[in-house]
Amino acid sequence: MPDLVTELGLNVLFKGKNMIRLLGGLWVALRISLISVLMCIPLGVLLGVVMTWKNPVTKALSRLYLEIVRIMPQMVLLFLVYFGTTRMFGLNLSGELSAVIVFTFWGTAEMGDLVRGALVSIPKHQYESSAALGMTENQIFLHIIIPQTLRRLVPLSINLITRMIKTTSLVMMIGVVEVLKVAQQIIEANRMSSPNAAFGIYGTVFFLYFIICWPISLFAGYLEKRWGV
Amino acid sequence: MNWTVIIDYIPAFREAMLLTLRIGWMGIVLAIVLGLAGALIRYYHVPVLSQIVKIYIEVFRNTPLLVQLFFIYFGLPKIGIKLTAEFCGTLGLALLGGSYMAESFRSGLEAVPLIQSESSLSLGLSRMQTFWHVLLPQALEISVPALVANVIFLLKETSVFSAISLMDLMFTAKDLIGLYYKTAECLFLLVVFYLIILLPVSIAGSFLERRLRYAGFGD
Repeated sequence: MPDLVTELGLNVLFKGKNMIRLLGGLWVALRISLISVLMCIPLGVLLGVVMTWKNPVTKALSRLYLEIVRIMPQMVLLFLVYFGTTRMFGLNLSGELSAVIVFTFWGTAEMGDLVRGALVSIPKHQYESSAALGMTENQIFLHIIIPQTLRRLVPLSINLITRMIKTTSLVMMIGVVEVLKVAQQIIEANRMSSPNAAFGIYGTVFFLYFIICWPISLFAGYLEKRWGV
Repeated sequence: MNWTVIIDYIPAFREAMLLTLRIGWMGIVLAIVLGLAGALIRYYHVPVLSQIVKIYIEVFRNTPLLVQLFFIYFGLPKIGIKLTAEFCGTLGLALLGGSYMAESFRSGLEAVPLIQSESSLSLGLSRMQTFWHVLLPQALEISVPALVANVIFLLKETSVFSAISLMDLMFTAKDLIGLYYKTAECLFLLVVFYLIILLPVSIAGSFLERRLRYAGFGD
């Protein structure tokens, strides 16, 4: 079947270092989401706890923050940070750094809302019963509240990670050379020798994203089912 | 910030917003239809189709819209399927949205206790009547928050259309920044126009959610 492979432009993948380059591009995208996830988990937990406070000022501020993130497309945020900071503060941020800033900003809000939701979903009688059993405040949190919160939280935050990975594909629009951009370059370079490369190469990128996100989603689904939320 | 520049640019951004709305609206309607059909196929375990729908949902939920669009717009013409950019945008949005909507509808349908369908069947309602008058209203009520979130998500996703050279808001902003270096003005307009699109949807969504919750359980 070598003809079909050529026809679909898949042969380009095996030329020179093309596959390695593509995977390298994928790693750039993954690295951005990984760093952002590592930053937004602790920040999000903090935000989530703050959001449960009854203080009207913190309530209004966190609400505003959440609404901004909810309403503005990530792409607009990327543009604001990437083009805006250069213009207004004379800072020259690289595309990758802008992306990490935006995804951390976005992820923290999402994570915060998940943490808040998980904390609020613990019924009041859990606190009261453990207090009635003579547990101290710390014991209640350590042994009763946190384990239950985690069970609700972990599957949802794993889903957030896949969303983060999917959203990193946007960074090519602010000039980061990630997997899609590499794909574009490979297709351009082989334009004459294999004009159908666009099908095979973009198809491969499609498949690569799927093969990364799908197992993570399955794992989240498995945890959700197992812990019976 | 130069206000005369901003006023000069408004028509270009308005055009772009109309394009976003046109594609967004079509895509979302198609996504809801597709999602409902997919959810029903999964819910009633239609043989063969159910497996196909499952694969479709997994594939489109686990890949970014940008990659899907690149594949549809640049990849498919190589095997003889040529589509216009606007059609590709609508199709991409509908396919992505359909997979999310299907999951939301399905979880709504599955949350309705089986006893509801059984009771209405034993009361002599036909299968169709059971579905339209008993199952669907209750399922929708449960799905609404997820559906609203999906609509907002899809409208936000339209911001990647500029990648397949559709003249949407992002494209216009990037174009004008590149041509005249009016970065601050363009970014300001970009934010304002996205707020015009998304703020009403967000407010209407939370209003709808509140209404339905009161109607449902009174808490």
